[in-house]
Amino acid sequence: MDFTININNKTIVASSGETILEVMNRNGIRVPTLCHIKNALPTGACRMCVVEDNKTGKLITSCSFPAEPGMSILTHSPRVVESRKTIIELLLSNHPDDCLYCVRNKNCELQDLSEELHVTERRIRGIKNKANLDLSSSSIVRDPEKCILCGRCVYVCEEVMGVACIDFINRGNKSIIGTAFHQGLNTSSCINCGQCVMVCPTGALTEKNHFAQIQEALNNPSKRVVVQYAPSITVSMAEELGMEPGVDINGILNAALRKVGFDHIFDSSFSADLTIMEESAELIHRIQNGGVLPMITSCCPGWVKYAEEFAPEFLPNLSSCKSPQQMMGAIIKSHFAAQENLKPEEIFSVSIMPCTAKKFEAQREEMTREGISDVDAVLTTRELTKFLKLFGVDMFNIKPELVDSPLGFRSTAGKLFGTSGGVMEAAIRTAYHSITGKEMVEFQVPAIRGFEGRKETKININGLVLGVVVVNGMANAKVLLDEIRGGKNDVHFIEIMACPGGCIGGGGQHIGTSDEQLKSRMNALYRIDETERIKVSHKNPEIVELYKEFLGKPLGHKSHELLHTHYHEREVVK
Amino acid sequence: MTLVQHVLHKYPETGRDNLIPILQEIQTAEGYLSKKSILEVGRHLDIPASKIFGVATFYNQFRFEPFGVNHVQVCRGTACHVLGSSTVLQELEKHLKVKAGQTSRDGLFSIEVVACIGACGLAPVICVNGEFHAKVTARSIKEIVDQYKTRGE
Repeated sequence: MDFTININNKTIVASSGETILEVMNRNGIRVPTLCHIKNALPTGACRMCVVEDNKTGKLITSCSFPAEPGMSILTHSPRVVESRKTIIELLLSNHPDDCLYCVRNKNCELQDLSEELHVTERRIRGIKNKANLDLSSSSIVRDPEKCILCGRCVYVCEEVMGVACIDFINRGNKSIIGTAFHQGLNTSSCINCGQCVMVCPTGALTEKNHFAQIQEALNNPSKRVVVQYAPSITVSMAEELGMEPGVDINGILNAALRKVGFDHIFDSSFSADLTIMEESAELIHRIQNGGVLPMITSCCPGWVKYAEEFAPEFLPNLSSCKSPQQMMGAIIKSHFAAQENLKPEEIFSVSIMPCTAKKFEAQREEMTREGISDVDAVLTTRELTKFLKLFGVDMFNIKPELVDSPLGFRSTAGKLFGTSGGVMEAAIRTAYHSITGKEMVEFQVPAIRGFEGRKETKININGLVLGVVVVNGMANAKVLLDEIRGGKNDVHFIEIMACPGGCIGGGGQHIGTSDEQLKSRMNALYRIDETERIKVSHKNPEIVELYKEFLGKPLGHKSHELLHTHYHEREVVK
Repeated sequence: MTLVQHVLHKYPETGRDNLIPILQEIQTAEGYLSKKSILEVGRHLDIPASKIFGVATFYNQFRFEPFGVNHVQVCRGTACHVLGSSTVLQELEKHLKVKAGQTSRDGLFSIEVVACIGACGLAPVICVNGEFHAKVTARSIKEIVDQYKTRGE
């Protein structure tokens, strides 16, 4: 039912069930928010979004108050502005003002709001928050001193990711956000996805930084420093640099990384192709030999840790393939090292990932050989921008360059790994070829493209009907796993990505990414797939070469040694 | 069957409806909420441990350490406050080297802050193992608890 309400003396149409905030947003009236998350149940915790009800004279939170017929609202009356300003002043009163040293300086909602509301003096002096930094996790650093208790991380962790490793602890002015029993994140059920970092308005949640190790390696003449970047990086960095969203900066990135001083630049999309070769072979092997089905992808380290903690009974379903990052790491420190006459320890291997969980994955015990990690340091997309700045690289005045070869050339199938559904699509293309000996007529599988949290379809390969499901967002995966526990058995292959939208929405991406930006990143990947020529992993000439020269065949002896692994149940506080 | 299992047996449904009664019963039975019992409740009700910890820390009634041999209740009601119970508490914490809500390492003492014991005429008042001590001061409190120290041994 539609009715009219009055906002700032203008008549505006609202429909029943809408909150005042939604009506305002629809009509281009902006009021500041802090605790609000789109599509989430409003909490009204921060009271930033207060507006004045002209009839009752009350200040009400527009995020949680439903629009009612005949309402009259003032969004910027003197009282409203004053109370918003007071809220910010109170939030600042116990907040450590070390903005200059804060990783979120100039990218902080609290800072933005205090500027917007013209807070120019310290009117309220409170006792500053005192809490210990939680450095226990290999991916995420928690600084409770900077926390303003908006609760967005708690919401995302529970509702979007289905993990709930953090919650509000204690009460009143002793409230903090923390883990059960105040333990470190490393022993909690945290899956390191980094979605909490993405929604944190301040610097209370950040990723663990590896700059020092990388700089040291770059300055060490006896180290060969190699770098790989994930498929989604080139299409998701534009916002960080202030370019048009969805621009593919592939060539520029290669040139920039060379300027920084990396000796070799590789593309993880190449190892994504390699993953597809192994994974599609594994899928066919499982189907033909009565292996454990449905097979579930294991590219996403967030999902892998989730499975270890919450769904250990599904560990046999996980593909034994390592993720592209780790396959590349393994090939670099074995085949590439041999080619270059280097010992594995003489190589420092860096990866640039859209993901905080990749930092955890890189230091997993399963990902080392003889005590040497296959990947030594991981940078997120956000960190990469800062790293390039540190080395004075001007991304706007740089000539595009090509990636190094071998281990650099990719098919568009590998590139699709960056988005939800991409691994599945790439695997289907290669599996189809392996089974029929022919290429697919139409490579695209529209049913598993796009943003929905769950996409499901059937693929017919010469009479073999494959049931495939693609899910993103761990909460969606949880529902699917429950269905399988309950007896759903028409599925053969499942792709699970922890973050909404897949890696383009990863926890290491630009903070403040909008849905439109996510869409343009996804479309950029689809555009690459449409325009380029080699669309299947098995046609990637460098992959063919690698198998001929070194690996032999998919699932062969060398592959098992380097590219496959197994995961085990993990005991955590959950 | 452990005490916790015995309590959980009475509440077969999952979900958070019965969380607080369950926690209360466990605390009554065991004297406090151990990490182990919280995790067990979580598994039984299908609630994440962080959520249970969040609920339990919200309420003053739940404690996460067992009582000491001697349990000291310090009244922080209005009358006691006016007559200096905050200094008494401070001194006590310093003397026993343990914060309110905690139990000393040797297990001899635990301190609990209570809102009002109902003996305002005796303010500031503390209660050790059910015995009341009236008009305590920052100085006398040390002597009082030291008596219990020797008694406990």
